[in-house]
Amino acid sequence: MTSAFPTAKDAGLLSCHNCHLLCRLPGGNHPGTVRCPRCGACLHLRKPASLSRTCALLIAAFILYIPANVLPITTVVTLGNAQSDTIMSGVIYFVRSGMWPIALVIFVASVLVPLLKLLILTYLIISVRRGSQKRRKDRTKLYRITEAVGRWSMVDIYVVTVLVALVHVGSLASIRAESGAVFFGAVVVITMFAAMSFDPRLIWDE
Amino acid sequence: MLTACHECDLLQHLPRLSGRGSLKCRRCGALLYKHRENSLEITLALSLAAMILFVLANAFPFLSFQLQGQLRETTLITGILELYREGLPGLSLLVFLTTIAVPFLQIAGMLYILLPLKFGKKAPEMMRVFRGIRSLQPWSMMEVFMIGILVSLVKLMKMAKIIPGIAIFAFLMLIFVQAAAASALDPHIVWEKWEKKL
Repeated sequence: MTSAFPTAKDAGLLSCHNCHLLCRLPGGNHPGTVRCPRCGACLHLRKPASLSRTCALLIAAFILYIPANVLPITTVVTLGNAQSDTIMSGVIYFVRSGMWPIALVIFVASVLVPLLKLLILTYLIISVRRGSQKRRKDRTKLYRITEAVGRWSMVDIYVVTVLVALVHVGSLASIRAESGAVFFGAVVVITMFAAMSFDPRLIWDE
Repeated sequence: MLTACHECDLLQHLPRLSGRGSLKCRRCGALLYKHRENSLEITLALSLAAMILFVLANAFPFLSFQLQGQLRETTLITGILELYREGLPGLSLLVFLTTIAVPFLQIAGMLYILLPLKFGKKAPEMMRVFRGIRSLQPWSMMEVFMIGILVSLVKLMKMAKIIPGIAIFAFLMLIFVQAAAASALDPHIVWEKWEKKL
């Protein structure tokens, strides 16, 4: 351990991803078969197939992102009139009615956050593949942010759920959920899995 | 104590903390350890409160919607059932898992581990349950649901009269109690208690 920054990997150790117990690297090359002596989680030096898993999930999310934004997420039926709304038209509705803060919340949660997540994870994968050594701390921070904000994209799904539950008064008014919401929900879930399967330690590996 | 940072794998010595404070990785800044007072007792108390609030939030009317004399009363599960009925089972399941099932499993799991631990006993399969709770963490989205409720209320305000029920207040309190329980818990205490053959 002559380097100024010795890692567990260099020292032949690995830390349990669940309870952070430091364990000796098992001699045989059988990743995933050795369990943590304390908490019983599978021990891995790095998350298994981290880059290819994250990459596959990202591609799926990019594809689903299109129908999620193009297809309507709700249809409002009032006295025979039916009007469908996409995510963006919902934002525009709030802007037009002068409810800026709400418009901003929806825009950030449903449009900006998913897109930024996709772009940041793509950037992280490319920079790790290239073995970049630049701005490692900043990239770790980007990852931390991506992991923390992802869940907030679910806001729009919950808005749809509450609207569908409440507005259901016979022929007077009713709101239906549409397929765009399904695609959007899939994008949120898949990007969360993509962020979880990325291993930030790869940023620091030589 | 020697430890490796979970975000950049740097090996470092963690000094023993005396009293309050937290320790961060000296290379990437990840939070490595945070000291919490009376972690076990506080988390247990808050988890008990959370369980009671969870029952209230699910058993009582959540929101009511009044339009031209017609009243529609809903509970927490109404929207989930409605999505299912409209032919969107996947979405319905997602909402069910993130707002009801995962929060319940987390509260129940915490009680299952902490109640026996408080009396110096270890629950069977305690470590497996604890590992499960920790991996479920990102999928509990009650606070996001609350924002969704607020946005929908603003949207519907002009259209009709909305009457809040008991459950929505219980749900609101549940969010704060759960957040407090999560931040009061020092996972190292659970692991250390398990390691010491009680």
